[in-house]
Parts: sequence; C-alpha cells; structure tokens
Amino acid sequence: MATQQTQTLGRMLLAPAVVLLLIWMIVPLAMTIYFSLLSYNLLNPGMERFVGLENFEYFLTDPAFLASLRNTLVLVGSVLVITIVLGVLVALLLDQAIVGRSIVRLMVIAPFFVMPTVSALVWKNLLMHPVSGLFAWIMSSLGMQPIDWFAEYPLFSIILIVAWQWLPFAALILLTALQSLDEEQKEAALMDGAGAFSTFFYITLPHLARPITVVILIETIFLLTVFAEIFVTTGGGPGLQTTNIAFLIYSQALIQYDVGSASAGGLVAVVIANILAFFLVRIVGRNLEA
Amino acid sequence: MGRITLEGVKKSFGAHDIIKGADLEIADGSFVVFVGPSGCGKTTLLRLIAGLEDVTGGRILIDGADVTAVPPAKRGLSMVFQSYALYPHMSVRGNIAFGLKMAGRPREEIARKVEGAAAILNLTPYLDRKPRELSGGQRQRVAIGRAIVREPKAFLFDEPLSNLDAALRVQMRLEVTRLQRQLDTTAIYVTHDQVEAMTMADRIVVLNAGRIEQYGTPLELYEHPANLFVAGFIGSPKMNFVGGRTAAALDATTIGVRPEHVAVNPGGADGATGLDWVGTVSVAEHLGSDTFLYVEVPEIGTITARGAGELGIKAGDSVRLRPDAARIHRFDANGNTISA
Repeated sequence: MATQQTQTLGRMLLAPAVVLLLIWMIVPLAMTIYFSLLSYNLLNPGMERFVGLENFEYFLTDPAFLASLRNTLVLVGSVLVITIVLGVLVALLLDQAIVGRSIVRLMVIAPFFVMPTVSALVWKNLLMHPVSGLFAWIMSSLGMQPIDWFAEYPLFSIILIVAWQWLPFAALILLTALQSLDEEQKEAALMDGAGAFSTFFYITLPHLARPITVVILIETIFLLTVFAEIFVTTGGGPGLQTTNIAFLIYSQALIQYDVGSASAGGLVAVVIANILAFFLVRIVGRNLEA
Repeated sequence: MGRITLEGVKKSFGAHDIIKGADLEIADGSFVVFVGPSGCGKTTLLRLIAGLEDVTGGRILIDGADVTAVPPAKRGLSMVFQSYALYPHMSVRGNIAFGLKMAGRPREEIARKVEGAAAILNLTPYLDRKPRELSGGQRQRVAIGRAIVREPKAFLFDEPLSNLDAALRVQMRLEVTRLQRQLDTTAIYVTHDQVEAMTMADRIVVLNAGRIEQYGTPLELYEHPANLFVAGFIGSPKMNFVGGRTAAALDATTIGVRPEHVAVNPGGADGATGLDWVGTVSVAEHLGSDTFLYVEVPEIGTITARGAGELGIKAGDSVRLRPDAARIHRFDANGNTISA
C-alpha cells in the first residue's frame, strides 16, 4: 500500500469482514467462558449457580484429562510423522512420468474426499473387523490369528485411519511444491556430482521445508479436534485408551450432561491449542518467512 | 587438459531431429562459442556434451576418451546455467563448495578452494549470504565460482548473460573472457547474441536447424562466410543480398555485400564496377559515430549502407551507392559461397 489514501481505503474495506469474524468468535467464546463458571448440568435444569473456577479444578484433576491429553499428542504427532514421511515419498513417486499418471493421482487424492464418518465405518467394518474384515481374511488365509484391531491396538487403529485420510492432503501439497522445483537446479546438482540421495537431502528436502511447514500447521489444527473417527469406531475406549481432548469434552457435555465442566474443558483445549500453535510457529514458522 | 571431440553426434526427440550430425574438434584451452537463432539446437548440443541429454547417435570424446555413456559428474565438466541454478537455501560458500563436498574432498581443501574462487571473483564479502540477497551480477559470479572451483576440464556456459542488463552484460562479458584466459581452461559458450560470439570467441560454431553451418575464427566467419546463412547471421546490420540480373552479371545466384562495404555518394566516375545503385533514403539512423542508411533502390530492394561519422543525409534524399568490388560475396543456387 503506497499512499495514505489506499491504506485507509484498505482498512475500511477490511472492516466488515473483521467485525463479522470477531462477533463470530467472541460470542461463542464469551458464552463458553460464562458456562464454565457455572455449575450447570442438563439433568438438573434451572439449578445453575456460580461456582467460580471449580469446573476447571474438576476437569484438570480428572485422571481422564491427562490420559486424553497424552492420547491427543500421540495421535497428532504420529499422524504428522506418517503423513509427512509417506507424503514426501508418494509425492516423489507421483512426480515421475509414469503411465496413467493422472488416474494414479486421482486415486491417491480420493481418500481426502471421503467423509471422516464414512471412512471410519469403512475401516471398522470392511477392513479391520476381526471376523469379516479384509485384514482378518488376509491373516487367516496366511494361517495366522486375525487381529482384533480396536480391542488390541485401539489408538494405533485410530492413527491409521486418520493418517489414511490426511496422507492425500500432505502428498498433494508436497507434489505441487516438487513440481515447482527448478529443473536446472537438479541438473546443476547432477553436474556437481550429487547422486539421488544427495540430491534429495541437499536440494529437494530443503525446497520442501516450507510446504512441510504448511502441512504441519494445517494438519495440527485439524488433528487436535479429531472426533468422528473415535466416535464411530471405539467410542473413546477401551477405557480411556482412545479418548482425546475433543472426545473427553463431548463425553462431559453429552454423556454426563455436565455443561459447566465441558465448557471448562473447551477453554482448556483452546489454551492447549494456543500453546501448541505458539511453539509450532516458533519452531517451524521460521520457514514461512520469505 | 580439455580437448573435446564430437563425432557424428545426433539427437532426436521422437521423430524430431534436433542435432543432425555434428562433427567438431575443440582444442584444449580454446574459447568456443555456439551461436545461432533460437531453436537451432545450440543448447541441446551443449547439454549433450555435458551429459544432461543422451545422444541418439555418434560419439563424444574428452581428451581422446569416449565419454558418450559416462554420467555428467564423471565427465569433469562444469556448467553455468542460464538461470544460474544456485541452491537457494545454501549460502554462497555452500553453493561454491557443494561440488567439492559431493566429491568427498577434505574440509580444509574445500575451504581453501572456496576462498580462492571467491577472491578471484570478488565474492569474499558475500560468502555467508544467501543467493536471494545478491544482485544479478553477483549471482552470476557465484554460478561461475561454482564452476571454477572444481577445476574442470572445460566450462560449459548456457546463455549465462541473457538475464543481465545491457551494461552489466558488457562488463561480465569482459570478466568471463579474462577469467577464461587466466585459468586457461577450455570453454564452450552458448549464445544467440552474435556480438557476444564475435567478441568472446577464439572460434565460433554457427548452428542452424541442427546443422553446423561453419566453424572458424570470428574474422574468418566475417570475411569468408561459407554460405548465405552465416553471411546473414554474422555482422550487424545484416549483409545486403541482391539476386536477379545484378547477381547473374557476376556469375552468381545471389551476391552479398556488407553495409560497411557500400560507399555512399562516392566520388569519381560512374561504374568502376558497373554496379552503382541510385535510390532514395527511407530511414537514416544517426548514431554519431556511424550513420546507417536504408535506401530503396528500384528493381533491387532495400540496401543498408553504413557510413563512418555523420554524413548529413536525411530521409528522402537521393543517394548513389557503390559496393566495394573486392568485398562482394557470391553465392550459388544452393546458398553456398562461390570461391573467387
């Protein structure tokens, strides 16, 4: 923006959007804060009373909280690692000139278009089912004992499903980045005597640093709130093994009908997300600077 | 050492022949320029020598050894790319050192050679900067630094100056030439700019449509072009070509004469050569040091004439032109030069 006039104009044109966004965010946030300070259970309507920070105390000292926090971090971290490592490899493959490349690309992207609920159901009933699932069939045709995925490795199963959903996203972003890599740079590396691995680690990977950052930031935002996959498959169990923060808040509000405690949990989740975002931006956000 | 020999090198992309058989002998330490219009295959030929493309036929030899099937890094050549192709996330030092690092040289040797290259190219103050923090000319020098530090048998330049502005281009042209003399390393330089070719080269290869039209020193090309194409391509403004009766009178299909060899309003009797042309000036370009006249001559066409200094002739004037009889080039029906 060059002149005073264009600056003022820019602000004025932005104002409606900013104000709307602010209302959209502020009103629900204010209501959540208000509810979090009440003892408010849907089983006892009309009995709300102000209890200060008691809800927070209950929520934070609940053993379920630490377990679900751990599950959330494991889930987010594992899915990030899987999607980025596999995403880079898939992107490298899709960048090659192969026959039917556009069809292969379309198939790789497809999981991203499947609703979380649907994909969780498909995984639960068609793939991982201990009796009728594809995996069980493969295991038993090989003469092995089928695995009851959701009973034996519940969190790992959830991670598998979520990673499957997010792999296309990572692969797609990394693929477009790969295609923007200057051909002459690769040739220069070739002339400099760099082999395939050196070219990957010294030229390609640094080039992908920025898109990887974008993938990490965006995926983290969505992975912190994974819910449908858990709800459809394990319902948070067995025990608390697959309960993450989002699912814990849901169970507080709609299983125990404790709106106050759920609101407190929601605010805790906001704080956790902010802490995480702060560190993420500090660690990887550097890459986003031009 | 860096003697490069091409033997019948051919390159096709599908049914499309890009290089239709090139034979070339490049002497050690010489500066050879590939020049030609766009799409003539000059860059492809350079990439074939570099090993970035596979040949369809023929052999490439470096110092007598057949390298046709040898990968680029093992050929001992280094290349300066048109886009410079610097590694954006590495410092200048990292960029220059990369080739040595890949070759697994000891650290102190790398440091010494990088410092040395930087000193030659005046890059020492910039060694820790990233490429994006450098100007166009500095990036160009980093690209050259990356090439020289490996002490290659030959440098390959792919239109390295085309992204620079005119003044910087002239300066870098001098620097590259001086550096090549200093290092006494064979260099192959691709350009479409015939001024670059004429000023930098020991020998020029003129390419057209995948064929080598002529290979010779700049002055050989200027004074004895092998055919119509070379005659028209080398020299600025372009050589005048005249066909028809005028040419037939000299036993040729086409005759050519350079603008600088056309005298304007010569003194003396008419027709020392019997070739005086009278016409009207359509455009006169006054450069101070030279005057270019574009003269419409009836039955012959537009003739360009170049006069030294200011001639005081303006558009619309009628002038008499007389080509220098000793400097007329004669071409046969196939466009080849008829030797005198």
